[in-house]
Amino acid sequence: MPQTLKACAPPSYPMAPRMIPVTRFIRESQDVFTFDLAAEHATPFTPGQFNMLYAFGVGEIPISISGDSEAPERLTHTIRAVGPVSAALGKLQAGDQVGLRGPFGVGWPVEEAKGFDVLLIAGGIGLAPLRPVIYWLLRHRAAYGRVGVLYGARTPDDLIFRSEVEEWRRTPDFQLRVAVERAGPEWTGDVGYVTPLLSKLRFDATEAVAMICGPEVMIRATALALEDAGLADSRIFVSMERNMKCAIGHCGHCQFGPLFICKDGPVHRYGRVRSLLSYREL
Amino acid sequence: MAAQVDGAMAIVTVEGLEALLQAIQARGYRAVGPTLENQAIVYDDIESINDLPRGWTDEQDGGRYRLMRRSDDALFGYSVGPQSWKKFLHAPKLRLWTAERHGENTTVTPEASPNDRLAFIGVRACEIRAIEIQDRVLISDLYVDPHYQALRARALIVAVNCGQAGGVCFCASMQAGPRVKQGFDIALTELLDGGEHVFLVEAGSEEGHALLAPIPHRAASDDEIEAAAAVIERTASSMGREMRSDDLNELLMSNLEHPRWDEVATRCLTCANCTLVCPTCFCTSVEDVSDLAGERAERWRRWDSCFTMDFSYIHGGSVRASAKSRYRQWMTHKLATWIDQFGSSGCVGCGRCIAWCPVGIDITEEVRAIRGCDAAAEEPQ
Amino acid sequence: MKDIADLLRHHPFAEGLDEDTLSLIAGCAKNVVLQPGDYLHREGAAADSFYLVRHGAVALETFVPGRGSFTFLTVKSGEILGADWLIPPYRSSFDARAIELTRAIAFDGKCLRGKCEADPRVGYEMMKRFIPPLVKRLQSARMQALGMYDAANA
Repeated sequence: MPQTLKACAPPSYPMAPRMIPVTRFIRESQDVFTFDLAAEHATPFTPGQFNMLYAFGVGEIPISISGDSEAPERLTHTIRAVGPVSAALGKLQAGDQVGLRGPFGVGWPVEEAKGFDVLLIAGGIGLAPLRPVIYWLLRHRAAYGRVGVLYGARTPDDLIFRSEVEEWRRTPDFQLRVAVERAGPEWTGDVGYVTPLLSKLRFDATEAVAMICGPEVMIRATALALEDAGLADSRIFVSMERNMKCAIGHCGHCQFGPLFICKDGPVHRYGRVRSLLSYREL
Repeated sequence: MAAQVDGAMAIVTVEGLEALLQAIQARGYRAVGPTLENQAIVYDDIESINDLPRGWTDEQDGGRYRLMRRSDDALFGYSVGPQSWKKFLHAPKLRLWTAERHGENTTVTPEASPNDRLAFIGVRACEIRAIEIQDRVLISDLYVDPHYQALRARALIVAVNCGQAGGVCFCASMQAGPRVKQGFDIALTELLDGGEHVFLVEAGSEEGHALLAPIPHRAASDDEIEAAAAVIERTASSMGREMRSDDLNELLMSNLEHPRWDEVATRCLTCANCTLVCPTCFCTSVEDVSDLAGERAERWRRWDSCFTMDFSYIHGGSVRASAKSRYRQWMTHKLATWIDQFGSSGCVGCGRCIAWCPVGIDITEEVRAIRGCDAAAEEPQ
Repeated sequence: MKDIADLLRHHPFAEGLDEDTLSLIAGCAKNVVLQPGDYLHREGAAADSFYLVRHGAVALETFVPGRGSFTFLTVKSGEILGADWLIPPYRSSFDARAIELTRAIAFDGKCLRGKCEADPRVGYEMMKRFIPPLVKRLQSARMQALGMYDAANA
């Protein structure tokens, strides 16, 4: 059963942002930062949904919510500075205002996955949209089978949420492997690509749900590896990224074949997108 | 007596039509309709039927649009030009909101919805279908475009059954025309052959009925009703183009790697003309502007096109960098994935994309080319 | 004490291998224990061994002057280590350093090559076991070379 936002009525004017103050700014790595927004202005969200964030006078970009959907006192976003808007957002300080529209989109199937083993595979900043799922799983641990998280990043310096990752690693009954592509001698974890680490996780492929977030190349490779391991394509979920201007299915930019990434996604069942992913430049 | 009682047809003269146009304006509508400008028939404000392109027609083909004189005084004796009514309902450029900074706080003020009452004079069947298609996209889902909705809800549609088919028309193939069947307040059929220049009129709404009531008219004879039907029948059977449309979703989506996409890409200039003239293309982008002091900012929405590089840009590059992929996106969206998304084709067979393509790419020919080489789907004889 | 064939039998590399072949190749193998920091082989040195890691972790590294050593792959329990012994001139391309206490089965490369050469059936059995992990590593190395994590955004 896909999850959709039903918690609140759509805002009357879906294109105008609300201006919300930043309450906390954290630098995660050289080019990644996290900030919290004052929650009294926030609306409920489900893990995997995104907001459109506006930097005054510069522009607006879609950013997945990286915080806890059940602790709405903080509305958290984690962003990599790659363009003018994300760079402008990266210069904000506590007290500055950010424009926000949302939440939008269909998130991760945390309800559907109840009773199943859950595998989360994140690449790079793809861990941010999956962090709400990790919070959810930790809060509702008994409702799920075995849990495994794989997280791949470029180098140890590029890892985000480092102290939390260490907490999760120490959590009983919570398998976590972190792989970097290259590391200095101080790194004692895995070095290599993230996908082969699947073989290190214990799970029952016939009773498992997988959620993948990362670059599209990684999504394709990981989904195939999961299928090879025995997961049905209907139990694999992937988060897609495309250009977005409106987030409400009106601007046309985020189309991917018949899908609008903004309203049909960003999280899609792999079985729905696997053939589309096989075409270049779709 | 009213112009139309219980669905009966009435006849009004050219003078009667002028009276109708005056009545529409007297009722507070801003009338817009076809006018001659820059050697094309475009939609603009009209005050009188004298502003209509009386006695003009057009000749259209792939990459070709020419105005010509008619041998009569027909007011609607041409097919559709480069513009469509979307320029009024779904503005090419629109400010969405204004933000102002006051110290630490910023206030965002949404642009007020327009309260114009527009009367569209001379709307063709394919164009009504196009408006219905944009209604589906912009005001029929979870989120509603308030600007479109405000204009659409108040708009009056005076439709015209086409008296002739243009060289690039294929509305009959798309079941979008030429007969106006629904979605109008008033529908006209121009009758020129009976020795008298008159219009068969029909009301399609309460508003249309109220407007027609005081207009001088007489009841339509069976012959006149038959003559009007014959006009539409003649138009339907003389379409300039044809395109089998019942299987396009499967045909195109199973041929995403067809060599024809490479071939059409050698001709396509990715100029975006087809998307701008298309009456259903709805894509937009947004632009942020701010003053030099950094105290005031605005967001503007403008028409965009899937033919631009920027359209699919995600940091690092465009998803659809090649001309092939952009043409394929446009055509497969229009004819195939639109059906998945909105329950109907995005094409109404108006032919604008054919006439206004600078190199004359013909969507009906591209479909035929793909169908021709697709062993699974032979064109029926 | 378990003999070498016994240790071999419990490594995934030998899964499904018939007893005759197992005993045959066990003749080329010995049990090794490496302390953290011990090198299994060094870049440019003769590649005369092939390892099955039983427990522990080994880093494959290269050294960049002024920047130190870089690890590009870690090899862990149940995996194989070493490919250079297969192809002339049998020279190690990288450093391999134990980063944990590591127990492994070490094969004499020349001995193993000889047995494969003498009996192509044994050679084919070995090839079927070497090639899959090597191809998987090649695939991963390509993904790493593309640096694709940079292409992801939230």
